[in-house]
Amino acid sequence: MPGQKTFVSGDEAVAMGARLARPHVISAYPITPQTVVVERLSDYVEDGSLNAEFMHVESEHSAMSAAMGVSSVGARAFTATSSQGLLHMCEGLHYASGARFPIVMMNANRATAAPWNIYGDQRDSLSMLDCGWIQVYVEDAQEALDMIIQAYRIAEDPEVLTPFMVNLDGFVLTHTYELVEVPPQETVDAFLPPYQTVNKMDLANPQSLCITVGPNLNLEIKYQQHMAMVNAEKAIDAVDREFGDVFGRYYGGMVQGYRCEDAEVILAATGTTAGTARVVVDAMREQGHAVGLLKLRYLRPFPIRQVCDIAGRVKAVGVLDRDISFGLEGTIYTNVNSALSRLAQKPLTLNFVGGLGGRDISRENIESIFTTLLAAAGGVSQPEVQFFGMECATDE
Amino acid sequence: MNKTQAKSINARTIDDREFFYGHKACAGCGGSVAVRLALKVLGENTFSVLPANCMSAVGFIYPQMAFSSNAMIAPFPSTAAMLSGVAVGARALGIKGAYSIGFAGDGGTADIGLQALSGAIDRRDPIIYICYDNEAYMNTGIQKSGLTPYGATTTTTPAGKNLPGSVRPKKNMFEIVAAHGIDYAATCSIGYPQDYMKKIQKAAQVEGTAYIHVYASCPTGWGVPTERSVDVAKEAVDCGLWFLAEYENGRFRLNKNPREFKPVKDYLKKQGRFRHLSDRDIETIVQQRDAKWEKMRREWL
Repeated sequence: MPGQKTFVSGDEAVAMGARLARPHVISAYPITPQTVVVERLSDYVEDGSLNAEFMHVESEHSAMSAAMGVSSVGARAFTATSSQGLLHMCEGLHYASGARFPIVMMNANRATAAPWNIYGDQRDSLSMLDCGWIQVYVEDAQEALDMIIQAYRIAEDPEVLTPFMVNLDGFVLTHTYELVEVPPQETVDAFLPPYQTVNKMDLANPQSLCITVGPNLNLEIKYQQHMAMVNAEKAIDAVDREFGDVFGRYYGGMVQGYRCEDAEVILAATGTTAGTARVVVDAMREQGHAVGLLKLRYLRPFPIRQVCDIAGRVKAVGVLDRDISFGLEGTIYTNVNSALSRLAQKPLTLNFVGGLGGRDISRENIESIFTTLLAAAGGVSQPEVQFFGMECATDE
Repeated sequence: MNKTQAKSINARTIDDREFFYGHKACAGCGGSVAVRLALKVLGENTFSVLPANCMSAVGFIYPQMAFSSNAMIAPFPSTAAMLSGVAVGARALGIKGAYSIGFAGDGGTADIGLQALSGAIDRRDPIIYICYDNEAYMNTGIQKSGLTPYGATTTTTPAGKNLPGSVRPKKNMFEIVAAHGIDYAATCSIGYPQDYMKKIQKAAQVEGTAYIHVYASCPTGWGVPTERSVDVAKEAVDCGLWFLAEYENGRFRLNKNPREFKPVKDYLKKQGRFRHLSDRDIETIVQQRDAKWEKMRREWL
């Protein structure tokens, strides 16, 4: 069913998606570049277009704690944050996933201090990969809006019951205006029914939550949590298909391959960078180069099977990281390599680190990355981890 | 206060049911008395939130759940934030007639939980926040908190040749909370259970945020015999080192203004944590007490 088209920023699209999802409570603390999300949601609560409570918490730690309290009585919670705020929430991120509270949170990907920097990179959410949250990375404002709605469907699935983080590249996506189709409320209501759960404090059936479990059963409980995340892939794929059937937009589930079928080399990228890479792929294909793009949508659960299927067929795989795990390599690179190590014959892999602290990732950067990959596929030796777009010489 | 006033609860009328039972707290635990009595006053329709503390450590060990009403453990810094989420979530769902009640210790309130508590009071969320004050981090093995009194020895404020134990007086939580313009705040002691239960009842009538600070003895951490636990919590009030007061409608009120204090030395010397104190240390404590009471009597009577 077609919705209404409107010209909004990524942040505004998130707020619209959250409004359509009808959360009972929004608990949030402002941080650049997430602020527009909470400003718009405050507007919606004030003008009555969203029937929810807005809790003005005094920190991100409390934003997440309040969201857990909301979820603990069976209500739907929404919050949003970025960078330092996400790091401040860290205790609550582990807590919410262990408690199996299906909270949905938008995160505006932003560099982490020091040095201070309000612009985009993915160190914040990538450093939280192990917190037990589903993590999706979106490419444009439409996908941002759509994924907030899908997030609740997936997170609240009784087989999943896992909190969900929707990541948007700071400024490049949060503050860029695009034409977005806003689906009708009644269609969203039919797609996303009210949250029903037994994982709640209930006056009719009192119970204790967030309990203490010693060495006797702790391993088993953490195993269940792990399997819920692993199996979330089924819900992710099913919800993606159903969403496409209803709203006309399919995103491919865990990953989206672009011109990978006959590719010699591919680049794995996330978020807005995938959009730039797609354009470069088309241009280089015109020139006769067999290049492709692997857009990684979900990083948790990690698309092991899909990465192996697509990247296992090519000669060289580049991984673009807007992140560096100091002393090792980019975090996504580690994850992709881990997946590919399951193959009998692993393709050559190279890591391209750049775009930190809002440094632009240009078409030229990506062309140059593909050129390096093609050379590597042709047998030219390359450094495994390369920083691109540097203004100074590197020691490599 | 638009809710109807509940009937007075006393030893004859108190609820026979137990909502916090079969836990693993030490014998004579004052904190467990505070939780037990509060839940008896409030009844079965409650959502309790406790951070990492003794009461959560002894009450939620799977599969032996000690709360028969709803209860949940919060991250240490965020009792008030999680409790607020519970209360606001319940309101958003249209759940009526339930109390959202927090039980945090002195460290969980005056130190790590202070920011979240301030936020909850500022929002005027409909919660009852109870600080059970046993004057140190007891769950981790008796370390100093912001509410450890002057002269108390703890494992992080050892008394020796150079220091008398803790060198700072208790942080003034009651007035810090009152300074927010909170709807209702009170101080109590488990040594005066009637007064405590009456104040819980009053807190239950409040439309907005209520804070109750209850002095709750810890035989293990204080070095007193378990059977003297309630007595020592009463003696703290009788010697003037603790006080019973309320704050509502913007005014403080002293509920108990003894003409004469029982000797401070008798209170202190019965406890292992104060046994090392010299007469000069005790004189310092008496001076601190007198200065506090002079101010309270001048401003709150």
